Amino acid sequence: MRSLYTLAFVAVLVVFASGVPARAGGPSTITVEQPWARATPAGAMTGAVYMTLQNKSDSPDRLAAASSDVAAKVQIHQMAVVNGVMQMRQLVNGLSIPASGSVTLKPGSYHVMLIGLKKQLIAGETIPLTLTFAKAGNISVTVPIQAMGSNPSGKGGMGKMEMK
Amino acid sequence: MRARHWIVMVTAGVAGFAVVALAIALVVAPQQTERTTGIAAIGGPFTLVDDTGATVTEKTLAGKPYAIYFGYTYCPEVCPTTLFDLSRWIKELGPDADKLNYVFVTIDPERDTPKLMRAYLSSFDKRIRGFTGTPEQIATIAKEYRVYYRKIPTSDGSYLMDHSAMIYLMDARGKFDTIIAYQEKDTTALAKLRKLVAMAPTS
Repeated sequence: MRSLYTLAFVAVLVVFASGVPARAGGPSTITVEQPWARATPAGAMTGAVYMTLQNKSDSPDRLAAASSDVAAKVQIHQMAVVNGVMQMRQLVNGLSIPASGSVTLKPGSYHVMLIGLKKQLIAGETIPLTLTFAKAGNISVTVPIQAMGSNPSGKGGMGKMEMK
Repeated sequence: MRARHWIVMVTAGVAGFAVVALAIALVVAPQQTERTTGIAAIGGPFTLVDDTGATVTEKTLAGKPYAIYFGYTYCPEVCPTTLFDLSRWIKELGPDADKLNYVFVTIDPERDTPKLMRAYLSSFDKRIRGFTGTPEQIATIAKEYRVYYRKIPTSDGSYLMDHSAMIYLMDARGKFDTIIAYQEKDTTALAKLRKLVAMAPTS
């Protein structure tokens, strides 16, 4: 029980440290936890953003679209390495978030893909990102950029935490 | 009751053995066949341009064993991660690293110009060279290295690429040695690269 409180406290800290979701008109049913982007190589036109989306309402929601000042276009993708082949697909209908559940966007799985980067993503800097949900509406977050090769989603199981 | 228990155990054991045997047959056997027949099943002659725009062929790489990886710069995750890993391993090899050649070949030649490849690779170990070419030239080398790649259209009229995500390790004569899988452990990847270093001709 105590560890659960600690986890919750850390989760709250992480959310605050990485930018509080802007809430227009009442508390949002969706929280964006631990958003992060990977630093990109010079000249790269794409980048990926990862996070955990928590749905506190008792009805499912859907990440329908996203936008950012640093990219010409933003899409929601799923990737997988199957039999040694990297496969990437655009989720044209967005990404479902189950009622009272969560979805984690992480390397090797779902990501928000920034296309047509206007600047290189440098570790230590941040980028703005606005997520549009079918029900919860728009949520803007500030996304910290982590070094290439890092994977905060894999640390301490935070990214895999399932809340019921 | 006990007899039934044994039957279940034995059946499970046989099934488990069958799965392992099948996995070995699928993964190991084809590679061994390639080696024992002496046919260069992976690799072959090519003509491409490097990231300075100069023409390169298989002879450019001859004389040193090499690590060759196929990807594209619009790749948000797998390619930068692989090139980042390879850069770490090159550093880890120390002076021995210079006994090998390292190449990143694009499977998206329409977007990956020599200039873009050069800028992109400036973020990684300087020894990794970038090769591009015409779509036909890329198709040729991809076929030789048995690299799978395919354009996947997106809603905005653009496209993504599916592609093989492993690093091929080749000897100094361009003969296939082994692969490093995506996100392979540092220990096994480095062991494979060190084995390749040991295969380098002494001069």
